[in-house]
Amino acid sequence: MEKEQKEFYERLEAKGVSRRGFMKYCTFLTATMGLSSSFVPKVADVFAAPKQRPPVVWLHLGECTGCSEALLRSSYPFPDDLVLETLSIEYHETLMAAAGHQAEENLQTAIKKYNGKFICVVEGAIATAHDGAYGKIGGQTFLEIAKDVCPKAAAVICLGTCSSYGGIQAAKPNPGGYKGVGDALGIKTVNIPGCPPNPVNFVGTVVNYLLLGKLPAIDGKGRPNFAYGKTIHDQCPRRSHFENDEFVTEFGSEEAAMGYCLYKVGCRGPETFNNCPVAKFNDGTSWPVEAGHPCIGCSEPNFWDTMTPFFEEM
Amino acid sequence: MGKRITIDPITRIEGHLRIEVEVEGGKVKNAWSSAQMFRGIEMILKGRDPRDAPLFTQRSCGVCTYVHYLASVRAVEAAIGVKIPDNARIIRNLLHGAQFQHDHIVHFYHLHALDWVDIVSALKADPAKTAALSDNVSNAPWGGAAYFKQVQQRLQTFVDSGQLGPINNAYWGHSAYKLPPEANLMASAHYIEALRLQAKAARLHAIFGAKNPHLQSLVAGGVTSVRDLTPDRIAEFLHIWKVTQDFVKNVYVPDLLAVASFYKDWGGIGGTTNFLAWGDLPQSDKEPESLFLPRGLIMKRDLKGIKMADQEKVTEDVLRAWYEDGAAKHPFKGETKPQHGDYKPDDGKYSWSKAPRYEGEPCEVGPLARVLVAYAKGKEQFKTVVDSVLKQLDIPVTALFSTLGRTAARGIETLVIGNEMEGWIMELVENVKKGDTKTYQSWTMPDKGMGYGLNDVARGALGHWIEIENKKIKNYQYVVPSTWNLGPRCEKGKLSPVEEALIGTPIADPKRPIEVLRTVHSFDPCIACGVHVIDPDSNEVYKVRAT
Repeated sequence: MEKEQKEFYERLEAKGVSRRGFMKYCTFLTATMGLSSSFVPKVADVFAAPKQRPPVVWLHLGECTGCSEALLRSSYPFPDDLVLETLSIEYHETLMAAAGHQAEENLQTAIKKYNGKFICVVEGAIATAHDGAYGKIGGQTFLEIAKDVCPKAAAVICLGTCSSYGGIQAAKPNPGGYKGVGDALGIKTVNIPGCPPNPVNFVGTVVNYLLLGKLPAIDGKGRPNFAYGKTIHDQCPRRSHFENDEFVTEFGSEEAAMGYCLYKVGCRGPETFNNCPVAKFNDGTSWPVEAGHPCIGCSEPNFWDTMTPFFEEM
Repeated sequence: MGKRITIDPITRIEGHLRIEVEVEGGKVKNAWSSAQMFRGIEMILKGRDPRDAPLFTQRSCGVCTYVHYLASVRAVEAAIGVKIPDNARIIRNLLHGAQFQHDHIVHFYHLHALDWVDIVSALKADPAKTAALSDNVSNAPWGGAAYFKQVQQRLQTFVDSGQLGPINNAYWGHSAYKLPPEANLMASAHYIEALRLQAKAARLHAIFGAKNPHLQSLVAGGVTSVRDLTPDRIAEFLHIWKVTQDFVKNVYVPDLLAVASFYKDWGGIGGTTNFLAWGDLPQSDKEPESLFLPRGLIMKRDLKGIKMADQEKVTEDVLRAWYEDGAAKHPFKGETKPQHGDYKPDDGKYSWSKAPRYEGEPCEVGPLARVLVAYAKGKEQFKTVVDSVLKQLDIPVTALFSTLGRTAARGIETLVIGNEMEGWIMELVENVKKGDTKTYQSWTMPDKGMGYGLNDVARGALGHWIEIENKKIKNYQYVVPSTWNLGPRCEKGKLSPVEEALIGTPIADPKRPIEVLRTVHSFDPCIACGVHVIDPDSNEVYKVRAT
């Protein structure tokens, strides 16, 4: 264990990440997850030296691959750390080298070998109209695949609004009869919604699982409280402008340049539960309101219907 | 009749694609490309607020994020008749340039490289010799025997763990892999470096676009990120642009040339016939004259006979796709209804993708089409790099019509577009210096309007068409790169570019058809984008205003 840890820190340093920087990240993650500071070294252990990397089966259904891409933007841990040292990605269509029947064989082998023990991550919604005819992989419908794989998992994590609640393809009139995984299969899932979600919320959920052996506490919509417990509005740096009646009423205006509240151009922050203002995206570079664009409520169920038209005041 | 091979799923792409080939005498004799998913975003757009269309259509694809956002906002702007300010044009080009850099790096290393690079062979490499090779072919900032030894050890630890995950059950050790172990180790190391680099490069999108994937700062009329026009934000952009472009110059392009030098026979495999580029990256509000990536059409590989491309000559055909039958029609005349059915490649319908044609002919779109068009037009920035690549690989210009040419073109344009970006950043600086921070032009929504935007994005020519009535979307359509490249046959029985490209491909081992993957991946398929449906109710030809 000690040797492995030493090697881990050497690797980190070779990548220009100091041990201190790494511990800072673990502290951030621990705080994001709402755990006490005594967990910081344990969080570090999860990345440093797992005995056996937990197997992950990643399904791509009706989706755009944006959620996988979002996770690849993670830099703490780096995506290569996640793939090579933290998790064992048994099946992931975008990353895996194998194709065709060899790829499908990997899936079948993994769900047999790790029956009841793997984490199933689902990206994308399930087409249910016409017996699922609108989406197939290797001749099987999304519905058949999900019915086969999900019940065998130790936990099903829905990454993104599509697998959580149906997403864009489920917007009216929902031509393919697309549904979220929990809805389509009638099972409990942990949902990390967002279009796409912030990778830190996925990493936080997985670390929680690896560290405590259980999934994080969730709300009535299946979302981890640590990430989705407060509204965007309650955490927004522009909140004082809202309180002071200082609003942007048109893009390109003086008020927009001054960074006033975007409520009147359609911001859905008051009814959207997520940690975007705190976690921000792409290493804390920005988030929609910082870029002057109203929140579109992309982590709420059915937001494509309930939050539109996006640019009208709620 | 030869032996049929089906590869489903094609992995290391976006979306769900099935490829079937018939092999006879060790070569592909026939091929079928089948998109396996249907979502219907165009149907979903009907009746909605036109301002929302860019946010919806961006979700066509999270790998080619941003591009539908851009194409859609341009189509909406054409329909409402608004001209965006210069700063908005520059910021959109910078975001678009960053997308080319990011997307092509990820494609080369993470989606395509493992068709040419045998990771398992890398375990046998001599780290010292790898260091020497690396010093010889690239200017990578990492190297030395210790570095390669560490990478090799890391891979060895991974393999020894017995949990092979994403590298399990692939075609390792296949006779078609030609790189020596040292080149395999160098490329594997750079696969990992590129994985980290792309996370950083994506920050270019977040600076002026809030986040990546799925940016959120474009609106009809301009961009919203006016508060990011500050010296520190622009400097941050300049810095990450430089880190990314240094990678392109010092690692990506040298790796591409090093790997290509072992696979020159692929300069004679996987070619197609016709090439279409709408062009993109406007340098002023004049189109197509000011497009940095020029618009053009090359038929029958005749570079000298290059023509201007005209969107009115595009039709889409559904005879072999899972939609109700109808004659091939211009996108504005679309009359399509989804009709799921059995997979019948021989004589029936076999894909959710439609078959776009230009004057009835299939056309390849994407990096190769763009590079050929720019080269044929004598565009200096492209000509210099293309000629240098041909010289270094010692291959004739005709070798560009191939899988090798397609993959090389992707690297060539990344270098050329990336180089231009610095000038655009400086243009933005000059505007800000003059006190011009205008990023948005106001407008009012007309009751009626029609418009389209022609674009060229990482995977190829992309068009969005919109019709507005009663301030709502009456009709919305897009014809995307992967529909052009990876669609099915058309009513005249003409093969799509990928189907044509696969014919003649040598197959050493039908159980492990790595050669098929090489050509399919060289098109960088994106199937979520490629499958959509056209409004069933509109059946008139309209006069529209172009952006």
